[in-house]
Amino acid sequence: MAESNKISVVVLSDKREQLQMAAMIASVGAVSGNEVLIFLSMNALRYFAKGADIEAPAEGPVGTLMQGKKVPPFKTLFEQAVSLGDAKIHPCSMAMDLLGFESEDLEPYVGEAMGLTMFLDEAKGGQVWSF
Amino acid sequence: MAEKKLIDARGSFCPGPLMELIGAMKMVEVGDEIEILSTDKGSANEIPQWIKKVGHEHLGTREEAGVWHVNVRRSK
Repeated sequence: MAESNKISVVVLSDKREQLQMAAMIASVGAVSGNEVLIFLSMNALRYFAKGADIEAPAEGPVGTLMQGKKVPPFKTLFEQAVSLGDAKIHPCSMAMDLLGFESEDLEPYVGEAMGLTMFLDEAKGGQVWSF
Repeated sequence: MAEKKLIDARGSFCPGPLMELIGAMKMVEVGDEIEILSTDKGSANEIPQWIKKVGHEHLGTREEAGVWHVNVRRSK
């Protein structure tokens, strides 16, 4: 059976280390020939409001170390996952409703809201990473 | 004639140098060479693995005074 090259990344956290690692897997995965789907929900979604420049709090010492170093910002990496690697980013429709967001309230590289039925169907048979 | 492009990604942490290389790779022609400078050891290891995975040509990696120079030719 052919190996699946599908990677789904579920991003929920509002913590710097979690967002960074999710962005690293998504971007490197997308530019290495994988079909990458990023699903944004819970506390992660508000970072993707159009123009939002919110500093994600560090969870531990490495997150603190990252501050002030030339670590690529996680939003830049997610954007590059789309622009350089054709990744797809979709916000969770439940979180969109809770936060009162419409599609146009989010960054332009974020696609339409997606429900769990569709996400589970899309993620089927591939790697799923959750942060 | 094949061109050579230099990317200075010194000071940037993983995967910054790799993403800079990929951005540049889209701008050059097949056959052109890119030399990327990185002070991040992880990236110096990661970049050749990426080059191999996606099928470009790794021309070599060398370290000079804490700076890794990775040379790659766009093959497709």
